[in-house]
Amino acid sequence: MRSFRYLTPALAIFVPLLAGPAISADKTLTVYTYESFVAEWGPGPKIEAAFEADCGCDLKWVGVADGVALLNRLKLEGDRSEAGVVLGLDTNLVAEAKATGLFEAHGLDTAAVSVPGGYSDEVFIPYDYGHFAVIYDSEAIANPPTSLKDLVEGDPEQKIVIQDPRTSTPGLGLLLWMKSVYGDDAAAAWEKLSQRVLTVTPGWSEAYGLFTSGEAPMVLSYTVSPAYHMVAEETERYQAAEFSEGHYLQIEVAGMLAHAPDKDLAREFLAFMMTPGFQNEIPTQNWMMPAAPITMELPQAFSKLVTPEKTFLYSSDEVAENRAAWIEEWLGAMSR
Amino acid sequence: MLTRSEHRASRAVGVAALVLIGLALAAPVSVLVSQGAGSGLAGTQGDYLLRITRFTLLQAGLSTLLSVALAVPLARSLARRPSFKGRRWLINLFAVPLALPPLVAALGLLEVWGRNGVANNGLALFGLETPFSIYGLSGILIAHVFFNMPLAARLILPGLERLPPEYWKTAANLGMGGLSLFRLVEWPAMRRSAGGAAGLVFMLCATSFTLVLVLGGGPAATTLEVAIYQALRFDFDPGRAVLLSAIQIGLTLAVMLGLRLISLPTEAGDTKGGATDRPDVARGWRALPDALLIAAAGAFVGAPLVAVIVSGLAADLGRLLSDAQFWRAAGTSLMIGLAAATVSVSLAGLMVRARYSVGEPPASVWLSLLSGLSAAAGSLTLLVPPVVLGAGWFLMLGGGAGQLLAPLSVIVLINALMALPFVIRVIEPAHASAMERNGRLALSLGITGFNRIRQIDIPAMLAPLATGFVFAVALSLGDLGAIALFGSDRIVTLPWLLYQKLGSYRTADAAGLALLLGAATMVLMIIADRLGARLGPASWAGRHQP
Repeated sequence: MRSFRYLTPALAIFVPLLAGPAISADKTLTVYTYESFVAEWGPGPKIEAAFEADCGCDLKWVGVADGVALLNRLKLEGDRSEAGVVLGLDTNLVAEAKATGLFEAHGLDTAAVSVPGGYSDEVFIPYDYGHFAVIYDSEAIANPPTSLKDLVEGDPEQKIVIQDPRTSTPGLGLLLWMKSVYGDDAAAAWEKLSQRVLTVTPGWSEAYGLFTSGEAPMVLSYTVSPAYHMVAEETERYQAAEFSEGHYLQIEVAGMLAHAPDKDLAREFLAFMMTPGFQNEIPTQNWMMPAAPITMELPQAFSKLVTPEKTFLYSSDEVAENRAAWIEEWLGAMSR
Repeated sequence: MLTRSEHRASRAVGVAALVLIGLALAAPVSVLVSQGAGSGLAGTQGDYLLRITRFTLLQAGLSTLLSVALAVPLARSLARRPSFKGRRWLINLFAVPLALPPLVAALGLLEVWGRNGVANNGLALFGLETPFSIYGLSGILIAHVFFNMPLAARLILPGLERLPPEYWKTAANLGMGGLSLFRLVEWPAMRRSAGGAAGLVFMLCATSFTLVLVLGGGPAATTLEVAIYQALRFDFDPGRAVLLSAIQIGLTLAVMLGLRLISLPTEAGDTKGGATDRPDVARGWRALPDALLIAAAGAFVGAPLVAVIVSGLAADLGRLLSDAQFWRAAGTSLMIGLAAATVSVSLAGLMVRARYSVGEPPASVWLSLLSGLSAAAGSLTLLVPPVVLGAGWFLMLGGGAGQLLAPLSVIVLINALMALPFVIRVIEPAHASAMERNGRLALSLGITGFNRIRQIDIPAMLAPLATGFVFAVALSLGDLGAIALFGSDRIVTLPWLLYQKLGSYRTADAAGLALLLGAATMVLMIIADRLGARLGPASWAGRHQP
């Protein structure tokens, strides 16, 4: 996921102009997503414009802190939610999201979608994917960690900012990554790693903001993140650390709600999501890998990225079964 | 002096106000209890609860220790130097942190103590490699000392200044050394107020929410209040929220009972008459330690405030002021603040009136119960912290999702209850003296009932009512506790907007917003203070930011 701030401050000036005269449309689609997706520097505004050009409707974004917080919010709102589509859960959360009974099968042809491992589901459609990675500031760290073990056991004075697994999908991703590598010893590893953790933020945006402002030399993000700095800032200062154990994969998905006010419109949006109109905005606005064909050329920087040799991914049933217990374990280890 | 029917009416509305407060407190607590009864305690959860509780106590204890240990020498130095230039100005500066929304102060502290802040850059100049971290325990401590050290100093100082000048003359004549002077004269004069200040600071730190939320830095540095918030908004785990709330209430109850044992210092404010000559104090270069201490304290308190102003002015205020979102948030904040202040002042007025009507001593058991409960109502709202209160309502409303009026009303109610103890303290003495002045007159003129309230009682109490009202608006304007639970894209207040901007690291926007919010609450607090000053220091009794 994830787009970057300060993209072109000049762009921000035009946003109010674009949003200025409220387009009077008789149909409205509300999409719940995470904050960085709808920020003025994120893909949200462009995707909104592209979708509204054809649908004769008004697309309304509602951004919450991060992916897991999305699920919490849905559980809270139940069938009173005004949302038609939820965009920004990941495969780790799919089983739990289905168990709420709030989602409905999309009934669309998803042949265009292609993600590592070939994920396919009748309720949720992938829209992008990426591997989690520790991004480091090469001006602050000369010898970045080369493995997760290295990260856990490294110099506690070199800090990392991570996200809270109770609200954030990257946070949950790191939790599952640690579990994949350490298994039953994960609690002990977390206890050790906690000495290197500067702070735990509720969402990805906060963490990445702390990192780029120099509060910490490392942050949990994605292997694609350095491409942003190479393309938008023309610097190779920020790099992803390649871990020898392998990297945890995230596939981000969207689905429509059973209580969507306008189901046809919700379905139309999900179909649009698999077209280049949507997908073209993913690589250089959300800074993730597209899950369906694009009609643009990927910038040169994308060829310089870390490509993990080994990939971890739990099945969503496994995550659903263990998430509460593992988070409990995380809380216990981190509060020690 | 009230007529018979006025007595009846006063008591009836007093009971009604009590019932309303009781409901506002009891309803969420009973929901918490009933929800909690259904949820078991998972094996590892006990450990977590224990650690959170321990950390809450630890940080409160350390914050108290630091604040008071620094405030005692500071108050002593200030008392020793009664007439340096800018002294009054400095003591006024020490009142500012209390009036500031914690979120705004947190931003200033980040500017000064953050990794790229003034303090760390200064340390780096001296070749210190390891930068100081504002996240976690150290950050929480700095913030709490920033808020409470000045408060403690202001509470302790009057004790020293009230000592008769003869003491110092005698001490000078006897050639008493610093140590024995401290032991025999200064400490006995400070002991009581220092103890009281410590109790108050501990209470404030044990229920600290905003500062820990912003500067906490993960599960290792989380207090009960923040854990309650996370249990509801992160995990949606009512069972855990209930357990945490129970511990929190038990803790505040214990602290409050403890506070009854040590008497609270009466008043912070009146220190301007402190120009007692100090013949025992050396001048010239030997004034240096005092000067250094006072200057350091001034810098410690002043720097974050300056940082808020400087970075706020550097932000694009024009853009911020033309942002529709800002005005929406400002409108919501103002609406909530006005409503909360109206509720708070009305409740306080009704209860004060009822207590007056009951008289001293109360004529019956029922009346003494009414009087006692009205007196306790203020403290009761301190017992159940806003986040706990909000948690109960949150569960009752199903998170307030998709609703507008209900969560707004709850925020108003919580903010009103937060201000209630202070509003009562302002109104009660003024009401008593107004009754003494006008009571007989009203009776003899035959002006009774509503006419009397409208034409005589309210005009006579306009200043204290206004003080309470403005204070309640200011408190509500800076509150993050209630809105943190209910805030959504539909209900956005200024502190909530600021918290979001801070979160997504739009620092420039956050700095501008913090300046505007800080300035607004400061202006209101100054107005309340000015209005209150006219009432005399006895009735305008301190402002303790919950």
